[in-house]
Amino acid sequence: MAIAFKQETFRDDFSYRNSPENIRRFPFPFDRDEYMYAVNMEPHLKGQKGTAFESLIDVDEHYVAEMHDRALVLKEDPLRYQALPHMMTAQWDTLELLMEEQAAGFPEHFTLIRNGDQWRWINRPLGIDDTFTFGDRSTLPYEPLEYITRQAQGDFCIVDQRDGNLWMDAGMVTTQADWSLDFDIGMNFMEWHGPVPLAHQMGVFDRALKFLLNLQQGKPTRRFNWTMTINPRLDTSPENYHKWGPDRASVTPENVGEKVHLRVEVQSLWRLPRSNAILFVIRCYLMNMNELVTVPKWARRFPRVLSTLPPELIDYKGLTRYRQTTIDWLSRFDDGAPTSPGTFPD
Amino acid sequence: MSGGTEIPVRVTRVTPVAHRIKRFRFERSDGRPMPYFSGGAHVIVSMNDNGHVRRNAYSLMSAPYDCSAYEISVLHVEDSRGGSSFMHEKVREGDEMRVSHPVNLFQPDWRGRKHLLIAGGIGITPFIAMMEQFSREGACFEMHYAIRTRDRGAYCEDLIARYGPQRVKIYCDAENDRIPVARLLDSQPLGTHLYVCGPAGMIDGVLTTGLEAGWPEQNLHSERFLSSQPGKPFSIELTRSGRTVHVGHHESMLEAIEAAGIDAPFLCRGGACGQCETMVALCDGKLLHNDVYLTEEEKASGRKVMLCVSRFEGKALHLDL
Repeated sequence: MAIAFKQETFRDDFSYRNSPENIRRFPFPFDRDEYMYAVNMEPHLKGQKGTAFESLIDVDEHYVAEMHDRALVLKEDPLRYQALPHMMTAQWDTLELLMEEQAAGFPEHFTLIRNGDQWRWINRPLGIDDTFTFGDRSTLPYEPLEYITRQAQGDFCIVDQRDGNLWMDAGMVTTQADWSLDFDIGMNFMEWHGPVPLAHQMGVFDRALKFLLNLQQGKPTRRFNWTMTINPRLDTSPENYHKWGPDRASVTPENVGEKVHLRVEVQSLWRLPRSNAILFVIRCYLMNMNELVTVPKWARRFPRVLSTLPPELIDYKGLTRYRQTTIDWLSRFDDGAPTSPGTFPD
Repeated sequence: MSGGTEIPVRVTRVTPVAHRIKRFRFERSDGRPMPYFSGGAHVIVSMNDNGHVRRNAYSLMSAPYDCSAYEISVLHVEDSRGGSSFMHEKVREGDEMRVSHPVNLFQPDWRGRKHLLIAGGIGITPFIAMMEQFSREGACFEMHYAIRTRDRGAYCEDLIARYGPQRVKIYCDAENDRIPVARLLDSQPLGTHLYVCGPAGMIDGVLTTGLEAGWPEQNLHSERFLSSQPGKPFSIELTRSGRTVHVGHHESMLEAIEAAGIDAPFLCRGGACGQCETMVALCDGKLLHNDVYLTEEEKASGRKVMLCVSRFEGKALHLDL
């Protein structure tokens, strides 16, 4: 079934909203009522129709508007896209993966025709129909990674594997939860995870790195990450902190439903074939509290999770100023009834 | 997670290429394309030897961008534990087999300004795929290939014909022609990465020469053909599954555990990747660590063991499996 793409904004008047169908396909990340910290990796396998996992690279009703927002971010700050010179093969790997997955998952919107190295890519929502030579960067209007990630929802990092570590050597990052590709480019796995509290002491990153170094071709893996964002703003970057930081002081009991958003990242990791690099997809989903409470299970569970967060994480995720206001507002929807296992709506 | 999903293949060609070396061509039985891979990658070939499953790692030597088939070359080793004998004596064109997805533990450093490749004997195979990839991507490389005798050297003429005598140099032991390692390593441009694959003595020699010549460790890459060494039989107790498994003279712990129907994790089966790392619950005796994955301190601590290549001598070994 064709997706009805929305015209909406992630800035200024913030007209972004989820349709009722899109709320039900939201990847709600909490499978129990209290917060748990863990290396929560699981195989990235296709899930049920009508969920965010119906295709391994998800496209939803916000696609066109998100791609427009990305173009605006890049126009203001071209360094949101960077790739070190040795990552060209990995760029082509990524272009292939994103084209193949989008075309397979959403054939009414995307078509890829391969004839040897001569490829034709049709992207109907964005009105693109390009023919190019795979492997020849001069036949595309941008470098292959920039070209395809201007046409794919989510942030994308390619990490190179060498010396028993992973290195952030290329990426397109415009929908990030307060981190910067321009700052992290060239760093290794331990360096770019430096600021995360608690997890280092728990040995989480040692185990995660070991796991990822052996990530296998054909067996992508995923994990969830989450935070909260005030207003449906995709670009919460350190570069633009002056634009979104002050928003956090604007939450009142009257505007929680509209302003406070649960921000979920479905992070998938893929071993790339020709380069042996790893593609790290960080796909961001936003849902405000008015939308969240339309699913009774989530309305009960989310305030319970927020109440059990360790103080270090409240601070790290930047929730300090509005967490209690949000719990108070949500508690009206929590009648204390038990919740069912798993993350999906009842 | 053991080994990963396997690809069903048919052996479509077996070609003798040199003394005790045969090339095998695998095409997918389900008609789908083979996954692309990166130069230096290997696959695990599963062999069904009368119900006994043998699994050996072999480097892929076909072109990484050719998804019509995978090719490997197998040396029939003198003291074969069964794998290379099976490949040479039992495998025929038309046979159905299974191979794993490619795994690369010998990936080129794509930042290299130049790639200096040093091969000994059957150690040439990962480089054949690597050179195809370098050549296609326009990377600068140079191959130095040592063979014992002319009739044992696989692919010498093919490689010279393909890349020219400037980029491929052959050294024949029987003709007293040796790779001038010290001179080579002393005369490379800044940013060169070195890769060596061959017998253990050759790898050690090249790496030592490199370090002594002031090469950064990160620029020296090697792949060893480790396989489980035969040894005295022993028994292991698996504490989680409550089973006792006997490990035979020619068997590895991993093979014995698999034969007992227990799913154990593995990837390279050569002591390099770390996937089959297992916690030791009790050890009354001596662990014989044969891997290159664990650090010396980890080996000395006796708390971990790699199932694929290591052994045990003593009274009792309990593993957390």
